[in-house]
Amino acid sequence: MPQVKPMEGNQAVAEAMRQINPDVVAAYPITPSTEVVQTFAQFVADGEVDTNFVAVESEHSAMSACTAAAAAGGRVMNATSSAGLALMWEILYITASLRMPVILTVVNRALSGNLNIHCDHSDTMGARDAGWIQIYAENVQESYDNLIQAVAIGEQMDVRLPVMSCLDGFLVSHSYELLQVEDDEAVRDFVGSYQPRYPLLDVANPLTMGPLDLYDFYFEHKRDQWAAYEPAKQAIIDVGQRFDEQFGRSYGLFEEYQLDDAEIAIVALGSMAGTAKDAVESLRAEGVKAGLLKLRVFRPFPAEELAAALSGLEAVAICDRAASYGGAGGPLYAEVTSALYVAGASVPAINCIYGLGGRQIAPDEIINIYRDLERVAEEGQPDQPLEFIGVRSFDKEEHADKYAF
Amino acid sequence: MSHYKLDTKWHEMVSGGYIPQAGNAVEYDVSGWRTDRPVRDDECCIDCLFCWVYCPDNAVHCEGGSVTGKGIDLVHCKGCGICAAVCPKDCIEMVPESEFED
Repeated sequence: MPQVKPMEGNQAVAEAMRQINPDVVAAYPITPSTEVVQTFAQFVADGEVDTNFVAVESEHSAMSACTAAAAAGGRVMNATSSAGLALMWEILYITASLRMPVILTVVNRALSGNLNIHCDHSDTMGARDAGWIQIYAENVQESYDNLIQAVAIGEQMDVRLPVMSCLDGFLVSHSYELLQVEDDEAVRDFVGSYQPRYPLLDVANPLTMGPLDLYDFYFEHKRDQWAAYEPAKQAIIDVGQRFDEQFGRSYGLFEEYQLDDAEIAIVALGSMAGTAKDAVESLRAEGVKAGLLKLRVFRPFPAEELAAALSGLEAVAICDRAASYGGAGGPLYAEVTSALYVAGASVPAINCIYGLGGRQIAPDEIINIYRDLERVAEEGQPDQPLEFIGVRSFDKEEHADKYAF
Repeated sequence: MSHYKLDTKWHEMVSGGYIPQAGNAVEYDVSGWRTDRPVRDDECCIDCLFCWVYCPDNAVHCEGGSVTGKGIDLVHCKGCGICAAVCPKDCIEMVPESEFED
């Protein structure tokens, strides 16, 4: 029988890993590490899993060992955060290019400097072009559910891509919530056994991976890699439906909350979406037609689906928990507005950068974003397309001449 | 990549850039990498085999224990010049490719 237990995000992830029982976990606890690997290492030590746990000497080595173990033909998992993910950078691209379905939990935390271990999405947003599927969780249950689905998605034969299963540092990773833990057998049935396509340990069929690949063939291989993300999008939808059928919780590319008849809406990733739902309810009680689009999948980016869901709005706020310094707003804003433009959907959009380095965002602040959206909807265009939510700043009226950014 | 030709389309290739056929580097023509071509004076060559031993690409032809008069494999020679550097008799000259018509 499934059991409902109080668990924090880290434990929920480790519990899912125990149930999945991967062949190899290669990890190194660089600061800021989490309890995910620590808890899982205890499962290994206690003989609760069959996993070969490889204690390596850096996160760069961790991802190298993970990629190599996947190339050998194993089901491989790992967990990291922030600077740890940054140190894996070089290998992240190789894992995806070699089409290795390594499953990596990323507890989203800020990058230095200055030194900060709290939540924001700078780490995974920086890795967005590496070729990994990225799925974001709102809460502890989703962190657990997403990780189980990630295995099924990444290993699908026409996908074969690595997956980052992301949860917000501290806000989800270290927060206790009631988690429905499914039966071990049911989880193992759901993920099935891993069937590698070209395992290096198949010595009867030797092959070369990662050879020198110059201007005469590299581009064709990259074009072929590009073609994997459309099946990946479908796999995420299919696996989400199958998960719903088996466990009763449904997942797709994104969740629409009160969006059907909404006039104004927020687009957000991760735990902020949970707070935003409360804000939507407060505003709905006042008669404000507020809605929310909680993006679950950032890679592959569901551009057409997003544009279709947002196209009827009078104004939209895209909330980024990461900044792309010197860029056209945050990464989520840039991609959502691009999707709207390509779809010919003329929706006035503002970018709200919030929560950097773990700065909390309160329901009132989210309600204020909706208030701004009401003004934008009325005026037809934003007077200030970029806002920093919750940062101490000078008075807008008093310093209007300086408020140019 | 050698089992592919230069007109092979992206969707005809093995995903991930793997090479399923083992031992096929011999099919890859790297002559275009070369800026200088080794030219050995076979009159001066004492058949010490240093060039054959040191060549990183097995591009020095050797038959019956002798390299003299056997020539260089110009499909696999990248023009690194190691053979010329190790030749104890200075019999190998690195000549710019621009001086050849083939």
